[in-house]
Amino acid sequence: MSEVIRLKKGLNIKLKGSAEKVLEKLPVPATVALKPTDFPGLTPKLSVKAEAIVKAGDALFYDKYHPEIVFTAPVGGKVVSINRGERRKILEVVIETDKDAGSASFKKADPNTLSGEEVKEQILKSGLWPFIKKRPYGVIASPDQKPLSIYISTFDTAPLAPDYNFVIAGQLETFQTGVNALAKLTEGKVYLGVNANSAFTGVKNVEINTFEGPHPAGNVGVQIANTQPLNKGEVVWTLTVQDVLLIGRLFETGNVDFSRIVALTGSEVSAPKYYQTVVGAPVASLVQERLVEANYHLRIISGNVLTGKKVGPQQYFGFYDSQITVIPEGDEYEFMGWASPGFDKFSASKAFLGKLFPKKEYTLNANLHGGERAFVMSGQYEKLVPIDILPVHLLKAILVNDIDKMEQLGIYEVIEEDLALCEYACTSKVEVQKILRDGINVMIKELG
Amino acid sequence: MNFIKNIFENTKPYVQKGAKYHWLHSVHDGFFTLFFVQKNTSKSGTHIHDYIDLKRTMGMVVLALVPAILMGMYNTGYQHFKAIGELASTGFFEIFLFGLLKVLPIIIVSYGVGLGIEFVFAQIRGHEIQEGFLVSGMLIPLVMPVETPLWMIAVATAFAVVIGKEVFGGTGMNIWNPALVARAFLFFAYPAQMSGIKVWVAGSQATDAITCATPLGDAASGVISYTASDAFFGLVPGSIGETSTLAILIGAVLLIVTGIGSWRIMLSTIAGGAVMGLILNAFAGSASLSEANQVFFAIPFWHHLILGGFMFGAIFMATDPVSGSQTVSGKWIYGFLIGILAVLIRVVNPAYPEGMMLAILLMNTFAPLIDHYVVQGHIKKRLKRATVSGRTA
Repeated sequence: MSEVIRLKKGLNIKLKGSAEKVLEKLPVPATVALKPTDFPGLTPKLSVKAEAIVKAGDALFYDKYHPEIVFTAPVGGKVVSINRGERRKILEVVIETDKDAGSASFKKADPNTLSGEEVKEQILKSGLWPFIKKRPYGVIASPDQKPLSIYISTFDTAPLAPDYNFVIAGQLETFQTGVNALAKLTEGKVYLGVNANSAFTGVKNVEINTFEGPHPAGNVGVQIANTQPLNKGEVVWTLTVQDVLLIGRLFETGNVDFSRIVALTGSEVSAPKYYQTVVGAPVASLVQERLVEANYHLRIISGNVLTGKKVGPQQYFGFYDSQITVIPEGDEYEFMGWASPGFDKFSASKAFLGKLFPKKEYTLNANLHGGERAFVMSGQYEKLVPIDILPVHLLKAILVNDIDKMEQLGIYEVIEEDLALCEYACTSKVEVQKILRDGINVMIKELG
Repeated sequence: MNFIKNIFENTKPYVQKGAKYHWLHSVHDGFFTLFFVQKNTSKSGTHIHDYIDLKRTMGMVVLALVPAILMGMYNTGYQHFKAIGELASTGFFEIFLFGLLKVLPIIIVSYGVGLGIEFVFAQIRGHEIQEGFLVSGMLIPLVMPVETPLWMIAVATAFAVVIGKEVFGGTGMNIWNPALVARAFLFFAYPAQMSGIKVWVAGSQATDAITCATPLGDAASGVISYTASDAFFGLVPGSIGETSTLAILIGAVLLIVTGIGSWRIMLSTIAGGAVMGLILNAFAGSASLSEANQVFFAIPFWHHLILGGFMFGAIFMATDPVSGSQTVSGKWIYGFLIGILAVLIRVVNPAYPEGMMLAILLMNTFAPLIDHYVVQGHIKKRLKRATVSGRTA
């Protein structure tokens, strides 16, 4: 065990509605969808037509520029519709599930006995490759690159995030298999970021770093930056706990099994707890009849309140997400809201009296609580980012499209989730994550 | 409250683009957002947003200014009745009322002119009305001598808003603190009316007051006319809001506790002033100084902190997040240099016995340069890290 890395900067946002540690298995949903829009920067090419019958693990579409990266059906059944948006952009490939459709079969083998190439091929073919992301940029890893190392964060500090120590119960061996497979993909090490009282400390074939501190201490980007910060030209890969489990299961069973544990959370959920479902399940299958009766609008988020995507009940759950959060929409006027003492208002600043009750849990809504302005306050972002960068200067470099400056100021080290707290706390309501993603897109376009 | 909300909602269509009263759009929007936090919800990025916004922030600063305002009003009356020799026979409320009636018109003119211009600019530029002037509009009266004619306040405010802020693009874009631009404008445009011994005490023109100069003015001519406790509590002549160190410190506590004012800048400015005061003390005995200068050099270093506009500048002006330094180490340098320069200009320059205004404006000008070097230092550190690591992909 290495020493504990204590991070001081950051903020825990205390929301009502954390998931009770109870797991309920849901039946396989009637439809499941894969959304190319879940993968930033992807240009998808379809491998199937509507009405095609697919087995779980059969390719649905692939990456135009990396045809070896395929996206496979999470369940077997019939491709019922391919929903397109503007300019025929593919939004969803929807499968009507069929229990008898079966599953594509892969090699069942201990990854320790396989070569790196064999492991890579198996992960690519099974459609699990997209779970491997790379830093910089937080996009799907390129199979032809060799990562310096692979990072897995085993805890999530985001508001109401699932507790992976609970999720992993009974699956530690599968996790170990997944880790062994990943270890074959890098000449460096696999790093595991753990928190105090972690269930993961017994995992072998990895180097463990222990972190302590408020959100975003659980973000893999923060963990990389505080152990071996990325420099220009360096590439590492990252995965989450459940992604590693999927890879572990692939090698243990020879089948693809996209099942995933999801925490249903938030102040508007009547009994927040954990559910087992599959990647790409319809949102309705998770939230229907599980929300509180409300005479106001609700916002359903696939993911957490900082980085998740807003979804409707008719839509599908995000590919990478392990959490659904439901909060009030808050589309109401508030009389003299900015002048109230604010006993019930949670704030990163100390300008509201709610600060006097540090243990209280809050119901926060999606209201902006103010108009968008130019940057005015200083020092606000720096307190929330435990990475050695100057967030405001980086964002300004992006706004003026200065690629040299973006590079110099460390755009390689951060993705949206690492600066999400800044966007939450910003007095001027600056769209931090959008600006950062725009900057990353410019970097990818200009420098590849 | 629904009643007011309905008025705003029902009139909204009439001020939309293309509608008959579109020219009132900014005014409508300004008041609507003042009374009601809007129902807009997050469209991209985080789904929750902090309750803090620029209105809250600026409101907090104004709240922090309240002790200085009240004390300034009281002191205005106090100095007046002292000058006409009726202090002993006048009650507390009468003193305060006199000050209130003297100061209120200045505040009204400052806000009226400033907000008027803001509304016009917001309308022409098509952006929302920005809250920066809520603070500037209160700072301007507080840095003025009480006998400044109202028309001068109006001209100075207009100059500050247009040249000090709007030409750069509005709140968040300005280089100098707008309130100090107003003060500097008057200082250079109307030097005869803005200095001397007749502007600091209300009604002193009409009397044969013996001493109506500021303590600093006296000190510059070699006379010590104040006691430290008067200077601390604010019972000396001076600009309206700057005299009471105590009231300013109460505001400082609020700014520091809420995290809205930078304690780094406050502390380093005070440290800078104290250090410069000590340096001057060391030279006080020098024979090459004039007699008056020997007195001014010799005043205890900490008196510089409670005299004149030093504390007001350190707490409310230097900490302006827009015109000040924005990096952590930059803030230390920026504040420290303000303190040094303020006391240096104050004591050494022969014409005007106050240096805070010019020190802050000067350092406002240099703040981007300081930040530039801090950022360059950060970049160098990163580059060094990259070469040391030497990992290859």
